[in-house]
Order: sequence, then C-alpha cells, then structure tokens
Amino acid sequence: MLRLVVRRLLQLIPTLLGLSVLLFLWLDRLPGGPASAILGEKATEAEVARINRALGLDQPVYVQYWRFLKRIFELDLGTSTQTGQPVWDEFVLRFPATVELSLLAILIAVAVGVPLGYFAARNRGGWLDVTAVSGSLVGICIPVFFLALILKQIFAVQLGIFPSYGRQDTGINATDVTGFAVLDGILTGEFDASWNAITHLILPSVALASIPLAVIVRMTRASVLEVQDEDYVRTAEAKGLKRSVVRGRHVLRNAMLPVVTAVGLLTGSLLSGAVLTESVFSFGGIGSFIRTAIDARDYPVLVGFIMFIALVYVLINLLVDLAYSLIDPRVRVH
Amino acid sequence: MRITKSRVARAITAAVAVGLIATGCSSERDSDNKSDGAKDTFVFAGAGDPGSLDPALASDGETFRVTRQAFEALLEHESGGTKLVGGLAETWSSNDEGTVWTFNLRKGVKFHDGEAFNAAAVCANYDHWFNWTGTYQSSAVSYYWQTIMGGFAKNEDKETPEANYKSCTAKDENTAVIEVKKPSANLPGGFSLNALAIHSPKALAEYKKQDASAKGDAITYPKYSQEAGTVAGTGPYKITKWNKGNKEVTLQRFDGYWGEKAKIKNLVFRTIDTEEGRRQALQAGDIDGYDLVAPADVKTLEDQGYVVPTRGVFNLFYVGMSQSANKALKKKEVRQAIAQAIDKENLVKTQLPEGGKVADQFMPDTIAGYSKNVTKYPFDTAAAKGLLKKAGEEKLEIEFCYPTEVTRPYMPAPQDLFELMKADLEKAGITVKPKAMKWAPDYLDATEAGSCALHMLGWTGDFNDGYNFIGTWFAEYDKQWGFKDKKVFDAVNAGSKLGKADERVAAYEKANEAIMDYLPGVPISSSPPAIAFAKNVNPPAVSPLTQEVFSEASFK
Repeated sequence: MLRLVVRRLLQLIPTLLGLSVLLFLWLDRLPGGPASAILGEKATEAEVARINRALGLDQPVYVQYWRFLKRIFELDLGTSTQTGQPVWDEFVLRFPATVELSLLAILIAVAVGVPLGYFAARNRGGWLDVTAVSGSLVGICIPVFFLALILKQIFAVQLGIFPSYGRQDTGINATDVTGFAVLDGILTGEFDASWNAITHLILPSVALASIPLAVIVRMTRASVLEVQDEDYVRTAEAKGLKRSVVRGRHVLRNAMLPVVTAVGLLTGSLLSGAVLTESVFSFGGIGSFIRTAIDARDYPVLVGFIMFIALVYVLINLLVDLAYSLIDPRVRVH
Repeated sequence: MRITKSRVARAITAAVAVGLIATGCSSERDSDNKSDGAKDTFVFAGAGDPGSLDPALASDGETFRVTRQAFEALLEHESGGTKLVGGLAETWSSNDEGTVWTFNLRKGVKFHDGEAFNAAAVCANYDHWFNWTGTYQSSAVSYYWQTIMGGFAKNEDKETPEANYKSCTAKDENTAVIEVKKPSANLPGGFSLNALAIHSPKALAEYKKQDASAKGDAITYPKYSQEAGTVAGTGPYKITKWNKGNKEVTLQRFDGYWGEKAKIKNLVFRTIDTEEGRRQALQAGDIDGYDLVAPADVKTLEDQGYVVPTRGVFNLFYVGMSQSANKALKKKEVRQAIAQAIDKENLVKTQLPEGGKVADQFMPDTIAGYSKNVTKYPFDTAAAKGLLKKAGEEKLEIEFCYPTEVTRPYMPAPQDLFELMKADLEKAGITVKPKAMKWAPDYLDATEAGSCALHMLGWTGDFNDGYNFIGTWFAEYDKQWGFKDKKVFDAVNAGSKLGKADERVAAYEKANEAIMDYLPGVPISSSPPAIAFAKNVNPPAVSPLTQEVFSEASFK
C-alpha cells in the first residue's frame, strides 16, 4: 500500500512538469496579453510596452518558464495580473467555494444516482428503469449552463425560493474561519450562516450534479445487471443467504467497483468543470475566476490554478485507488 | 449491521437538529437590517470586482464606483451633471496661464479616521503621488496621475512622461496652491478625478510603509489597498469590509460627514459579471439596483415597474479606420465613401436606447468645444458608390473587426451594430470581410496595434473638457488610425496649451472642424447608458459621467 502511494506521488513530478510546459506553450500562442486587458480602451502602444516590460512579458517564453520554475521551487506561484495579489492567496480564497459546490453536487449525484441505478436494474424493463434510463440520457444531453439558467429563472426569479447568486446573503456577516461557509457556521455556532450558505449551494449544485448523476445512474444500472447474473451471486442465493445480504454484500458491493472509479473521476472533473455554473450563479469559486483569468490573460493564475487542479485530480484518483483496495481485497494483493 | 443502522439514525437525527437550529435560531451578530423591518442596506451590483480600495492606484470604473462613495476630490461634478463644482474646495481659481491653481478649502471636514482636513492634507496627498517610486511609477498603477500631472519627482523609466506637477503649498490652514509647469487641458477637470481624491495624512503615513512590488510577472498591490481598515477619505460612506470570496464591498454611513448624511445606513457593492445575472438578481429581489443594463432589457424592466433612468449623453461610438492595415483608406474619397455608406440614423433608431444621438464629430454635443460647422457626410449610398469609382476602388475589399462577449455604455450589442453596418457597406459595393474577436485582450490589442482596417470603439469622458475626447485619439500619430497629418495634430494640441477654458473651447471647435475635414474615421453616435433600480428605491441622480453618489439614494 505504501509503495503504491509513494509511486503515485512520484508520478506527479513528470506529470506536473509536462503540464507546465504545455501550458506555457499554449499561453505563448494566445493572442494578446494582460496589458490591454488592464488598460482597456485607454491602451496605447507605449503603455502596453511599458506594462509588458514591468511584468517581464517582453522576455522569450523559455526565460519566463525558467523564472516560473525557479519561483515554484521557492513555493511562490506568482501574482495575479488581475488583482495584484499572490496566486496562492487567490486560490485559497476561492477553492473552498468550489470544493463545497463540487462535494454537494457529487453527494446529490451519488445519493440519488446509486439507488436509482440499482432499483432500475432490479426492475429491468419496468417503468422505473425506463424513466431512469431516459432521464439520465436527458441529463447528459442538457448543457449544464442551460439547466443552471432554467433552474435560476424558475426557483430564484419566479418562485423566489432560492437566492439567485453568490455564496451567502449580503449582510450575513459570517465569521470566516476556514473559508468553507457551511463548515464555518457550524464551527462558530452561526447556524443561520451555514443554512444560508446551503440555500445558496442548492441550485448550482443541482445543475452541476446533472451529468454525474446521469453517468452514475447508467453505470450503477449496468454494473448491477452484470453482477447479479454472476455465478457467485447464484451460489450465495443457493446457500440460502438472506436476500438482503446477497444484494448488499455480493451484488451492490461488487457492482460499486466501477462506480467508485467513476465518482473519483467525476469529482475531479467537477472541481475544474464548474466554470459555467459558477459564472451563471456568480459563485466566487475557482471556475469563475479561471474564466475571468482567460479573458484577462492572467497567465500566473491560469498556470497556477490549472497545475493545482491537476494536482488535486491526481490525488483524488489516488484516493479512489486506495478506496478500491478497501472494497476489493484482490487489488491489495496485486 | 445494527451498529450501522444506529449510526444512520443518529446522523439523520443530528441533521434534522442542525436544520431546526439553523432555521429557528436568530443570530446574535450585527444585522444589516433594522428590527422593525425597514431596509437599511442598499445592494448594488456591478459587472466586475474593484481592483483596489485606494482610487489613486486605479483606472477602472468598477473601482471608482466604490471609492467615489468614500473619497472626495478637490472638485466634483454637479449632481447628475458635468459642470465642475466645489468638492473639498469650496471655490478655486487660477492665474491667466493656468499654471497656478488656488483652492479655498471647505472648513469643518473630517476624515473617517478622525483627522482634520486642511491644506496640509491636500499637499501631503499631491506630494505623496509626485514622489512615488518603483512599481508605483508603472502606468498600470498610476495611470491617472500620469495622465493629469505627467511623471514624478524622479522618473525611473525614460518613457515615463515628464512631470508637469511642480509643487503644492499650504498657504494657510484652508488655502492650498497647486502649481504646474505648463498649462494643461486636463486642468481643472483632473482635480475632480476620484484617482486624485484626498486621503487622511494618517492613512498616507500607513500607505508609505507598504510597497507595491513587481515581483514575478505581475504587480502586487499593497495590502492596505486590498482590505478595509487603513484607507480613510472624507466621503459620506466609509469602507468597512471587502469580502472577496463573496465578491462584495461593504460601506457604512459616516456620521461625521460634513454634508448631507447618507439616507441609507449600509451600502454594499456586489459583483455579478453577466448582464442577465444582474437583471435576474434584481427581479428576484436579491439586489436593489445594477449598472450596465442591456438596452433590450430596459423596456421589459420598465414595464415590470422597475426604475430605469438613463444617464445624460457623454460618450462617443465610432468606426475607426487604420490606414496602415488597408492602403485604400489613405484616399480621402474611400474614407468619405465609407462614412456616407453607413446609415447612422438607422443604427441609432434600432440599436441604441431612447435618447441616443447621431454623432457628426468625435465629441458629443454636450461637451464645450462641439462645433456646428464641421463638414457633414450624410448617408447616401449612391454618393458612396460614386466616390469609390472616383478613387478607383470600385471593388474595395476591407476587413471589419468587431468584438464579442462585450457591452460597452457607448456600444450596446456590438454584433448587431456590425451586421447593420456591414449590410450598408455592401449596398455601396464594398466587400466586407468580418473578423470577430474576443474583447479583451484580443480585440483591444488588435485595434491598438492598427491591424484592423475597420473597427468599432468608443469612449466615455472622464470630465467635461474636449481634449479628454479628441486629445485621446488625434494629438499625435496613433497606430489605431495609422495617419500623420500635421494640420490635425496641431489643431488638436493648440487647445491643450491654453490655460483658460473659454479659449480652449474655441480651439476645440476648430480642431473638430480640422478632424472632420480630414475624416480619420466615422463618428457614429452618442448614447445614454441605463441603470436600473428596484421598485421601492428613490435612485440617486444619475450621472452622464457614471459618477452616481449613492448617499442620495433612499427606500420608498
């Protein structure tokens, strides 16, 4: 187990180095730079040249890359050209929002998707199965931002049940401890602030959960259908085990293996894929910040954030592998 | 198994308990709304986050919208207008050359930190900016200081403009005298910019302890400008919190304000970066007002009972021509043909909000210096065809760039405007090659570099002086236009060297005539941008300069 962890962590080094090279090459090919984004209509040739010089962007790309690597070793990710603040500070400020959003979305997707997929498989061909299969197809097809806009129009604008934007109401004056609004409210006893943050999370997380939910439903259904016809399930039933034990210990547990992998991958992609949902709900996470960073050619933020997301993605997948070994002891042996 | 069930039961019980507590308990924290139910927090949404709490370090409207409520300059503009009036200075005067400016300061003014406002405070601010070093000399940090006053006591970059600021003297407690080396068209208007608003000397001393730095590949702004607590002005509100995670800046009424106190206790600026998001937030009752209303939403909102005042006209939208990108544009007949091919009336009628005006020069008619005698180029497709034939350019092909994903106060719905102009040009026999580009930085970079033969841009004035418009474009060679014409440049600069405003007005009129004789591009329109408020709001006077003072707002 330890060897697995160490090996996977060592694999991170070439992965991140390769990614950083690709990012730098990509950014070098992008037209424009941060200077005109900073100055807007006021940009003149001389002003742009002066800002580029001040930011070191008049240097060749390999010089910029070398400078970036040196800073990385000094644990300095640079400074955002949009906000003038360290990239690390910007990441720490926004990452909790995206984590809260992604976790709630994946929680909804698992909590609804696994039982729905399981019962759809158990009632193959029935109304629940047909509804689940066609519903998941719709879930995959509808663009997330479109669903987000519809949810917002109905539940925020027309019905007024949920807030239309942001992480918390204005004037809530919640105490910030960890940056996780829900958790902070619990830690400080400001439960109304926690509840307020939850109400702000519901619409965006439901929108964001649509695709993972559809994937999990379909995957659980397919996996359960496959496993329930396996010899060992028949053997267990023949031995006279209780039906609930067979389903829980033999069918569901084995059917969960591919689902756990999918959940890991989906969680990773949610962390980086909340760009549009966060923008629709003006939710101050890393997704919406990356979008504005692209507009502003905020190179340090783009490189720093994408590298971090890659790191988180790899770590989540490492956790998935570890979870795998808990569910299936054979993995530990191999 | 039983253990698991028990855990599940306990978890559900705990969740229900938390839910009950959360919904049932009332917080002991400060509430922003009165216990009697009356609202005392006004929430206004803008399109972007402010960049700094120190306006001297800013050059963008979203920052000034916030800082304008907390900081005041020596001069201000009349509420809802463009006329200069006293701000922290009750009256002001200058010598004949416009190089010595004397300000008689308002008495009894206090800063938010309790310090007294006086002439020494004014000079402390101007000297602070003049003595900036290092990264503060970058134009990304001190854009407006450099625009109005030139460079610094000791320029560190050979391309930094020469300093025009000479000195500031506290003649007595309530009289400050600011001297500049040469007369400038940017004065006295520049004294009204929020970037040159006066800060408490005590706060300035704190600012000096913190440095902006250019480490790595960006400029790091000093800490005091990024969190509330240090900055202190004299405005009707003081900045109390900047919650970056929740994208909001909170201000509180300053009870020691010298003028009429703010009617609403708390003012919050929130960022909602899409037009649609801001409109939906207003309709959902989550905010009390927002800016940059899409023209298409104005009527809908009005019909639903929202208050949607439009600002006075103080901007200009134009079609730029880059002569270096297409040599045919060097011929005046071609430029004139393009000008006469575009149906400006139709653009204004179909694309601009109510109150939009056709422009016939590079300055709106609300600015002193607007000339009634400029050469006009009326819409006439047949004449345009004739001009192209005369120029030998009957088969003219031209690239026309337009921006995507953007709305500017002077340019609502750029793509629709482009489509209409493209159709007009094609009727005159011109083959248009469209080029759509992302606004920032692609489009701005391309237009600034002069690589778009035809393009659409505009300008909203900072203050009421013609040079703020024509000087921006035609004071010298600019790649965006790609032409050198001494007559035009001399005419534009003639006004900037005059100290007296009325003398400048006559010079600007002549400059406008020279520009429109040459016809470097096509001025299209000026439009009044709209701003929206909730049904229960008495809005502040809306400003053509987008300088609303929210202390005037109240709830019905």
